Amino acid sequence: MSDEKTLDLLEAKIQELRELNKKDGIDLSNEILRLETKLESLRAEFYANLSDWERVKIARHPKRPYALDYLEAMFTDFYELHGDRLVGDDRALLVGLARLDGRPVAVLAQQKGRSTEENKERLFGMARPQGYRKARRAMALAERFSFPVVSLIDTPGAYPGLEAEAGNIGGAIAENLLAMARLRVPIVAAVIGEGGSGGALAIGVADRVVMLENSIYSVISPEGAAAILWKEKEKTQEAARALNLTAPRLLELGVIDEVLPEPPGGAHRDFQRIAGLLKQSLVRHLAEIGTLPIADLLAARYRRYRSAGRYRTLSDR
Amino acid sequence: MAIFKDRNYLRVNLDKDADESLWMRCKACGELVFKRRVRENSNICPHCGEYFFLTARERIESLIDEGTFKDISKPIVDADPLGFQDTKPYLERVAEAQEATGLPSAIIIASAAVAGIPIVLGVMDFRFIGGSMGSVMGEQISYAMEEAIGRRCPFVLISSSGGARIQEGIFSLLQMAKTAAVRACLAEERLPFISIMTYPTTAGVQASIASLGDVIIAEKGAMIGFAGPRVIQSTISEQLPANYQTDSFAYQHGFIDRVANREDLRQELGKILGFFVEAR
Repeated sequence: MSDEKTLDLLEAKIQELRELNKKDGIDLSNEILRLETKLESLRAEFYANLSDWERVKIARHPKRPYALDYLEAMFTDFYELHGDRLVGDDRALLVGLARLDGRPVAVLAQQKGRSTEENKERLFGMARPQGYRKARRAMALAERFSFPVVSLIDTPGAYPGLEAEAGNIGGAIAENLLAMARLRVPIVAAVIGEGGSGGALAIGVADRVVMLENSIYSVISPEGAAAILWKEKEKTQEAARALNLTAPRLLELGVIDEVLPEPPGGAHRDFQRIAGLLKQSLVRHLAEIGTLPIADLLAARYRRYRSAGRYRTLSDR
Repeated sequence: MAIFKDRNYLRVNLDKDADESLWMRCKACGELVFKRRVRENSNICPHCGEYFFLTARERIESLIDEGTFKDISKPIVDADPLGFQDTKPYLERVAEAQEATGLPSAIIIASAAVAGIPIVLGVMDFRFIGGSMGSVMGEQISYAMEEAIGRRCPFVLISSSGGARIQEGIFSLLQMAKTAAVRACLAEERLPFISIMTYPTTAGVQASIASLGDVIIAEKGAMIGFAGPRVIQSTISEQLPANYQTDSFAYQHGFIDRVANREDLRQELGKILGFFVEAR
């Protein structure tokens, strides 16, 4: 069974052959073609049978497109707004105004860092209370001026640190859940990478929730679940499967509205295409819900969350 | 879900072996104390003041006017929406918790009165899978708030929970949004919601319904916070202060309105409810 590394290695080898072909004038084109066909079929096979854990790895892939990549590709005029007006400006959760298909929207976006240096600032996409409070400020602004809200979710979770705890991170998340339940503008959320628990949900209460095919959304990380429930780190893969955290599975469970197909290997392999798909999806959803009277929109949003959950009713009482 | 460590509260089953030993040894001070004295003292050690765990029933008993309790919980129990199995199947875990606690789920919804004021009350029981919030608890809390609206009375929630019910995956996460959405209705109806945080009120419960009270009171010795100390130390390796995630930490940093001793909670609750009832 090939894994991602072997596939990448094979691809690199083919590239070397191509260069040889060019330089030395030895005709390797038949060899190259054969290998390319082979690689393509191996890749198709591998990505058609991804385990849930492998999807988790793609969702966290270092080359995965991040929120700012999508902001640049899908929106025009992104105008960032900074600060929660209380303690500071969170760099893991960005907010601002932008145009989507020419129309102004308010954007909430979780941003991971590409480099170690950038991650010092962005804390690997883990927002602190000031991030969630800044998001709430942006929501209030959106409501005041009737901007629809577009939320791009990509976080391992809210920042677990002393400073965040002292700032009542839990309370900040709770306040956002409350605000979004009643926000009087359309909200569309897209999970583009990791939907990490309360830290994701705190900008994820929406009228429509879409996910990229290899993104994940979960109450806890597979590592966390393995540690708490199995009490063994080695059970991470099993935990990933048990949690039902993949986009296709969540669609089956009826908790999200759409899965956007990624190219084999993940969104980074054909970014323009996936960014185009996501943009179309956001525009379409906003158009659909944008025509509803606000009372109907809020009632539908309320039903969506009020009915969330599965339980058994006892008949003998 | 935070990891539970016996620290401020010690667990003791007062009913177990009641005939064989009328006495128990307090794990905090080591004194032999008379079990009945402990029970009469709201499960507080009469010798050193250590708080022992209260079951949901004991908690209710310690808070409300005598004879006013009525269990109005919805007749629902946990399903297994994901077919979840860790070291044992989820529903087996649920059955064991039901057996051990005698409760259908991790929360009881009751109608009752405190200081003569009718309320709808939700009380979590930590013994039931760490008081974790899954679909049943989310539905019970939502239903309780709707009942409060129907009865035009305040809603009181006593939290004792490690957080979300991991075994229900995304469905447990969504209970945070669900309870927050219904809480918004309660606010629109201008009915008060008093949230009482006890040991422990953490993670998914602290980051949703428990933090949304009009007034938030912590019981002395409560553990309050989002990410447990183990999570923080393993991911960030920060030194944590001695009072980390205690009632005093939450109070100092402004998460809660007040801290109350267990024996004063009933009076405290009556007092605060009185203001709201007079206002209407």
